[in-house]
Amino acid sequence: MVRFLAAIGAAFLGFLAAAGRLAIFAGLALATALTPPFYFRAILLEMVNIGYFSLPVVGLTAVFTGMVLALQSYTGFSRFSAEGAVATVVVLSVTRELGPVISALMVAGRVGAAIAAEIGTMRVTDQIDALTTLSTDPLRYLVLPRLLAGIITLPVLVVIADIIGVFGGYLVGIYRLGFNAQAYLNGTWQHLETTDVVSGLVKAAVFGFIIALMGCYHGYHSRGGAEGVGQATTHAVVSASILILVVDYLITAAFFGR
Amino acid sequence: MTGPQSAPKIAVRGLRKLFGRKRVLDGLDIDCASGESVVIIGGSGTGKSVLIKCILGLLHPEAGSVRIDGIETVGLRRAARERFLQKFGMLFQGGALFDSLTVWENVAFGLVQGRGMERRAAREVAFAKLAAVGLGPEVGELRPAELSGGMQKRVALARAIAAEPEIIFFDEPTTGLDPIMADVINDLIVRCVREVGTTAVSITHDLVSARKIADRIAMLHHGRIIWEGPTAEIDRSGNPYVDQFINGRAEGPIQMEIRAA
Repeated sequence: MVRFLAAIGAAFLGFLAAAGRLAIFAGLALATALTPPFYFRAILLEMVNIGYFSLPVVGLTAVFTGMVLALQSYTGFSRFSAEGAVATVVVLSVTRELGPVISALMVAGRVGAAIAAEIGTMRVTDQIDALTTLSTDPLRYLVLPRLLAGIITLPVLVVIADIIGVFGGYLVGIYRLGFNAQAYLNGTWQHLETTDVVSGLVKAAVFGFIIALMGCYHGYHSRGGAEGVGQATTHAVVSASILILVVDYLITAAFFGR
Repeated sequence: MTGPQSAPKIAVRGLRKLFGRKRVLDGLDIDCASGESVVIIGGSGTGKSVLIKCILGLLHPEAGSVRIDGIETVGLRRAARERFLQKFGMLFQGGALFDSLTVWENVAFGLVQGRGMERRAAREVAFAKLAAVGLGPEVGELRPAELSGGMQKRVALARAIAAEPEIIFFDEPTTGLDPIMADVINDLIVRCVREVGTTAVSITHDLVSARKIADRIAMLHHGRIIWEGPTAEIDRSGNPYVDQFINGRAEGPIQMEIRAA
């Protein structure tokens, strides 16, 4: 029994230590934003990498998410003659929840893994030590641009995903379920509030930070050659995905948990 | 070559570094005079690279002192360390070239990012340094992955000397190269040390290289310097460890740790 409790205690202490290391890493990286030099070119490059190149995958998932949502809502709601709520359900679900979460999970898979692999490879091939010997702070040069790019680009991606997702629902509503186009659009706009969109964008910014942070953290601390880099990549994607879902609940509770 | 002066350029005292329970450096002392080329030899895993990383501040020693030009560098804060690192150049064993940048951007990196030089001016310096290591301007626009191992090493050497540092570390500069390319690298190291008067600390297993580039050789074993002396005296050191190492004998006081699978 004592051994069992000791194991739980050790696991809990290990969790706290890991959380502390992550917080210190993030704090040190963000603190480099307060003093020059600033690597604007690196931030722009990362914004293109994280944002622009994620557009196809985010757009595709958003359109099918909106389409499936419209179809599912219709078949479900028709059981109690509430088909008229389909447009509203689609727009609220997409802007509040599915737009940010599904975009973030897709970007975590695409970008979080790539960041961890790139920085991890730099770690195991001494490139990060080389940066230091060339009087360049790796946290300032490698980590901060990715964190800022994640925070800036995810909300933009989510705005686009929201529009495409709602459009997907519209397509199914009009061409498959036989809604009147004007009535569908009215249903979309009528109950949409600013908070619905803003909460989604706040989530997106936080998710962008989480994705970049987990990629950078696991890559930066990878050890042991190709196997270590592979593990860092897996850890980056898994931890970012779990954190996205946990933080999604917390932000939802903060905005709507009355 | 600048003659060795009385105050050491690098003075390491009582340096101790542990990895878990393993004592990699155990009270190590070594000096390096200004303009001197010191080569540290020793078996694999004896802590040669760890010593260089401790001097550069890439690893934090548990105890001991590292003085550069008389100034203590152990425990320096981040900003102060960045300034002090401008004195150093480093040639990493694997080159450690940045894959995402072109060759000239790699060579100019320390000038642009570390010292704030204009890109255009840094580009000119980079091409001049590439020429100094025998690489033509056409190489400058390539990516490191497009170069052979020997060319990558030369680019890494050009990057190490680009900012004309006061001290350069060479980590296994000839490992993995054919004998001719190894000699080319040795000549380049000798030239940049002797002509510019740079202080050089190299670590290597390659005795041919050590004899060519060193003014003084030191042997590291069990975390301490067990012998040091002028290069010409290494064959008559009278130290059984040094004799075993330079003659490459399996039998002797140095026992390799071989674990059964």
